Amino acid sequence: MDETSENLIEIHDLKYSRGARPIFDGLNLAIKRGEVTALMGPSGTGKTTLLRLITRQLIPQQGVILVDGTDISKLSLKKLYELRQRFGMLFQNGALLTDISVFENVAFPLREHTRLTNRLIRHVVLTKLHAVGLRGAADMMPSQMSGGMARRVALARAMVMDPEILIYDEPFVGLDPISMGVIVRLVRKMNDALGITSIIVSHDVAEVSTVADRSFLISEGKVAASGSPDELRTAKSELVRQFMHGMADGPVAFHFHAPGYEEQLLGRDNE
Amino acid sequence: MKKALIEIYDALFEFVRTFGAFQIFFLRLLKGSPEILVTRFRLVVVQVFNAGALSLIIIMVCGLFVGGVLGLQGFSNLARFNAEDSVGVFAAYGLIKELGPVITALLFAGRAGTSLASEIGLMKATDQLSAMEMMAVNPVGRVLVPRFLGGVIAMPLLVAIFSSVGLLGAHLVAVELLGVDIGAFWQQMQNVLEVEDVHEGIIKSVVFGVLASHIAVWEGYNAIPTAEGVGRATTRTVVNTAIAVLVFDFMITAVMI
Repeated sequence: MDETSENLIEIHDLKYSRGARPIFDGLNLAIKRGEVTALMGPSGTGKTTLLRLITRQLIPQQGVILVDGTDISKLSLKKLYELRQRFGMLFQNGALLTDISVFENVAFPLREHTRLTNRLIRHVVLTKLHAVGLRGAADMMPSQMSGGMARRVALARAMVMDPEILIYDEPFVGLDPISMGVIVRLVRKMNDALGITSIIVSHDVAEVSTVADRSFLISEGKVAASGSPDELRTAKSELVRQFMHGMADGPVAFHFHAPGYEEQLLGRDNE
Repeated sequence: MKKALIEIYDALFEFVRTFGAFQIFFLRLLKGSPEILVTRFRLVVVQVFNAGALSLIIIMVCGLFVGGVLGLQGFSNLARFNAEDSVGVFAAYGLIKELGPVITALLFAGRAGTSLASEIGLMKATDQLSAMEMMAVNPVGRVLVPRFLGGVIAMPLLVAIFSSVGLLGAHLVAVELLGVDIGAFWQQMQNVLEVEDVHEGIIKSVVFGVLASHIAVWEGYNAIPTAEGVGRATTRTVVNTAIAVLVFDFMITAVMI
């Protein structure tokens, strides 16, 4: 294992299909240590699936995924759990455990993996909740919270073990502008201050541009383009321009495959 | 013709595969049980409460009425042979050997089994199980095994309560209402009923407890993670538990007789 390698995660020639539908077809990418990397792409390109592959919630049919130089598909369950303790993941809908309070949700990883005293756990949990502005909500149940609040609690939970790698699945969806600004700054600050490697999956081009060091645009099972947000914004490729500027016309069809509009509305079938 | 054969083969293959997975899942639950009973004792207690204490009202009300019906039926039929004093034996046999375990298991499937299956299915649908995986916590140990053990422990207790309340119901109807002699009612029951009869009831209640909990946890864990999928898993829990309980009831009775 090369400790000084600057790539924390490397994906080589990844192939994955669900049923007959190929989702990834020879995808290659590398995520650099200490950077904020964004994975972007139109809906349905399998961005969430890619996260699940990186964390081995799914196993690729072909190709290699290296995390810190180790092929994760070859790990035993014990080693995999050891590796996962170095990850923090924010799920799309928060995925808080609904049978325990907000405080216990954030304390959950600590209670499972450490032998800290209750006093210390309380201290750590309240600090993390304070960072996302929800220290006052510690005694609420997840069912009493709005989607945005639940996501912020989930963020506190994701960082409670001080992970090396933080993964965000659509972190900006459904947040009000104030929380959004706070979260964006928090992502950046944690990354820089603690030397975390962050991976953000999003299709929110504007927000991602303010926070990401490097973006990968994924389309049709491959990396279509990569580079800093500025490079992507000025890129020549039609696909990249369409996505970055949100245009309806371009290589990515806005309409789902259908027969001709006129034909279907005025055609003989209706008679 | 050939196509039909292939379809039958595929269906059979799928059935055997699912059945095998079901058995392996059972072994995983069993393997995790002793450790979880020690390390997560509090979670198991909570689940015994959820599956057991929260089912108490339905179990007791149903037990009372089933016992009452046995008292009525026993009295009116035995009276034809001038044997209405034996109504206690009749009720005790019915409750302790058959109706207690079977009806409790069916009620358990409806009350606790459905709630287990839908809870686990929804945890899966809302990514809670994936989130646990990502926090390096095995959901089998944290979520499934405590719920399984909760059901396994609660069932024999519920059966005992059902049968006891049922006997009280039979007593109310036969003795208080229809005038059977109270001494004859309880004395004959003690004379005729053997320890083996009680054993049969206990064995059945344990087997049904394992069956009902296993099926509920399995259906929830394998539910398709959508609203529709969770609904279907809940239905299948009740249907499959009912079938499994009645089949096993026949087999255990055949062996013990």
